[in-house]
Amino acid sequence: MPNQNSQPAKLALGTVADTIPTTPDLQAAEELTLVNQARTHDAAAFGELVRRYERKIYRLAKNITQNDEDAEDVLQDTFIKAYEHLDNFQGNSKFYTWLVRIGVNESLMKLRKRKSDRTVPLDEPVDTGEDPVVREIAVWGEDPENKYSQEELRRILDEAVESLKPAFRTVFQLRDIEELSTEETAEALGLSIAAVKSRLLRARLQLREKLTRFFKRKGDDVFAYL
Amino acid sequence: MLTCKEFLKELSDYLDESVDQELRQHLEAHVSNCPNCFVICDTTKRTISVYKGMQATQIPQDVHTRLMAAVERKIASRKLEQ
Repeated sequence: MPNQNSQPAKLALGTVADTIPTTPDLQAAEELTLVNQARTHDAAAFGELVRRYERKIYRLAKNITQNDEDAEDVLQDTFIKAYEHLDNFQGNSKFYTWLVRIGVNESLMKLRKRKSDRTVPLDEPVDTGEDPVVREIAVWGEDPENKYSQEELRRILDEAVESLKPAFRTVFQLRDIEELSTEETAEALGLSIAAVKSRLLRARLQLREKLTRFFKRKGDDVFAYL
Repeated sequence: MLTCKEFLKELSDYLDESVDQELRQHLEAHVSNCPNCFVICDTTKRTISVYKGMQATQIPQDVHTRLMAAVERKIASRKLEQ
């Protein structure tokens, strides 16, 4: 259950900016201004930061915990902790990267607290095998994504990611969906750089195979083994 | 000339452009001469690309409402502490 009582929100956290600056430097500078305003308990400024990243943090939490209620707990805990520790944000990294680290920590804590949890902790070594294996090789069509509606495409992509082992799924999520660097991913998950790279390679190859079943060129059914 | 297994081991770093120039030349030589690895390389690149372009879906309205209420309560309590 969400750990905060649900009450009708007054939503007094008004919008500070209608548009997000487009260039990375401008965006970083503008976000730092919002963070500084939020440090002075400016509800509108922090509300703007929440609105910018709530969807991404919820997606992250849901992909790691695989549970709607846990994801909502993580979402709330992440933003509450971020608010409590705003003074620790130095501005050396992007605000979002800092937020993701908190979100990953909260998600991992949630997994550890599950009494019936049988999942492998994400920061423990997993057997990634000696060599990556490729089973299916087929050329994809020109624009295979266009064969599907947006809803169908999202379902295909989501199901493919969800079918990965948690250790691979989380690394893929941080590196290729949230676009953290290898170093940031390693730090967030408490893994070595080598472990991140190894898991990422396997996640990418496994997803490639799963998507090939949907995206391969019509009539192109070449199978091969490496 | 690299083997296919050696190429695969380096595929992620190759796509992330985080290999040194010498290794990159070896990888490019292999992929331009190996149809299977060319396809694997191309489809892995497109796999990464399709996920990078994926927008996060809207969170449920009630989840958003409870989040904003929780944040608002937190900020109000911090103000009172001052």
